[in-house]
Amino acid sequence: MSQINAYRRKFMATLGGVAVGGLASSVILRTVQAGDVPAKPADQPVSNQVRWGMLIDVNRLTDGGASMVEACKREHGWGNDPKARPEQQAQWMRTVKVTDKLTKYSFTLPVMCQHCEEPPCVDVCPTGASMKRADGIVQVNKHICIGCRYCMMACPYKARSFVHESLTDQRPHSPRGIGTVESCNLCVHRVDQGQLPACVEAAPNAVIFGDLNDPNSRISQAMKALGGSQIRADLSLNTGVRYLGL
Amino acid sequence: MSSKTMVYSELHASKVYYFILGICLALVVLGAFSFFHLEHEGHYVTGMNNQVVWGLPHVFAIFLIVAASGALNIASIGTVFRKGLYQPMGGLSALLAIALLLGGLAILVLDLGHADRLIIAMTYYNFKSIFAWNIILYNGFLALCILYIWTMQDRKMKVLYPYAGFFAFSWRLILTLGTGSIFGFLVSRAYYNSAMIAPLFIALSFALGLAVFIILLFFVYRLDKRELGDLVLNRLRYLLAIFVAAAMFLELARHLTALYIAQRHGVEQFILLEGGIYTLLFWIGQVLVGGLIPLSLIFCRALKNNHWSLLLASALVIVGGFAQLYVIIVGGQVYPLELFPNAEVQSSFFDGEIHAYAPSVWEWMLGLGGIGLALTIYFFGMVALRFLPRSLADTEVEAS
Repeated sequence: MSQINAYRRKFMATLGGVAVGGLASSVILRTVQAGDVPAKPADQPVSNQVRWGMLIDVNRLTDGGASMVEACKREHGWGNDPKARPEQQAQWMRTVKVTDKLTKYSFTLPVMCQHCEEPPCVDVCPTGASMKRADGIVQVNKHICIGCRYCMMACPYKARSFVHESLTDQRPHSPRGIGTVESCNLCVHRVDQGQLPACVEAAPNAVIFGDLNDPNSRISQAMKALGGSQIRADLSLNTGVRYLGL
Repeated sequence: MSSKTMVYSELHASKVYYFILGICLALVVLGAFSFFHLEHEGHYVTGMNNQVVWGLPHVFAIFLIVAASGALNIASIGTVFRKGLYQPMGGLSALLAIALLLGGLAILVLDLGHADRLIIAMTYYNFKSIFAWNIILYNGFLALCILYIWTMQDRKMKVLYPYAGFFAFSWRLILTLGTGSIFGFLVSRAYYNSAMIAPLFIALSFALGLAVFIILLFFVYRLDKRELGDLVLNRLRYLLAIFVAAAMFLELARHLTALYIAQRHGVEQFILLEGGIYTLLFWIGQVLVGGLIPLSLIFCRALKNNHWSLLLASALVIVGGFAQLYVIIVGGQVYPLELFPNAEVQSSFFDGEIHAYAPSVWEWMLGLGGIGLALTIYFFGMVALRFLPRSLADTEVEAS
């Protein structure tokens, strides 16, 4: 009998914890604040004092992240390469529907470059075109990318695309080039100007963006309170993009 | 190097020779045409895509590069292991190694999204990348092979011959280790990421390089009406069997290891049982055609001293090796990445699906162009310099 009571107490305590957690989540993730991203003066180098990251609450994404994907497309101008076949189209970000084989529990989440601390794509790139900035943003230096696609072979998240054709009408802030590899760059052009990435702005109630190195930043506080899962945590890549509700 | 009695001479440039050279050059032109088309249009004209990023050109390229390092073995056995029988063929072996490597590298470079940036690949190095190391290894291999040939052909350089042979042999082992590691180091892909891949590539290189060497040796000696005896061919025959068996053994070990790891059950089931063309290429192409049949042909007593059975065995080893590389390179990519173990995934980016890949005619042309280039260099080299022993008849070989 006492065992059952102990079990009941434990169960109620857990329920209480979940309720408090949910409340905290709604408080912490309610709004995105532009102050999360201080602008970098143009004459200053990128600092390793900060590490940019993102926390996505999958349960609060009403559309599974589709609006984030659309915002990314608009910002960087990908998604309609006229000559490429569907499997050749670039996709910097996509929504993935996950269904557990045993439990059938299902959820949808946006997947893009996870901005790993130990990025395999950077390790394998022969020229150093695939690079990680001091502030943790992983991107491709398109001037020295030779188009070997080894980074695409190495990325565990299938986050990279190869440009299969000549493109016109590109965004001036996000040039895309035939024969080079590209991927989410955390909207580096916006972040440097103190703005949030386009996808974060498109899902203000479900995503926090900020400095993972600052223990007082909202993202660090939220992760401390609620956690932040990684996709393929087994690879120990320490991703900068984290999820709640996986 | 070899005995004083062995005499070398250039290949006689007959009409048939020019005809063969013409075919090789035609293949080179096809490859060049394909390259310009890819460069102008972009890779959308190929069968490759954002799921299968390396396709048929890479199978051709890696086949040639792996075979190149294996082709040098004949010379190494003569120099490093001091087997006199192999020494007369050392120059031919080094020439073939250079030719195959240049053919393979040409394909690899011309398939790049930005082949025009080759100079960047030569000047910007990320030393953590095995790819960058390979660029150094390939160039070093070419330089060492040229030095090796020089020490064989110039009496003044003869003193350096054993050293050049030793360094070339060591370098080729590291080179194939590097080529295998291109796949072995891919942590995220279930079919790669294995320490077994590097030794497997070394064993495969021994087999493929030797098979190519045997066929060309036989063909060139027929073309030039030179004698090629059973002694040499039988030695090469049993050497081929050892290499083929070694490659099969390492492949078996690789699959058994993977079958013991639950995470890899999916991809193993795909390749070994449910993969359609890839399963077919694995069992029929790699195991049967590339392994069991050649071994049977070699060890069949009734076919002892039968040159045609050795040629057939060599050709089958080449076909099987090509199938094996196709299964490793393409088959390993068509199986989807596992982002969420034990879950089914679905997305607009083909997550969770077996990916489709059908090589286009441009990829075939580029690959055949690389083979054409390798053969052009090989045939041109034999006319330009004295690589060919005047006779490899049993009496000559025994005398030397």
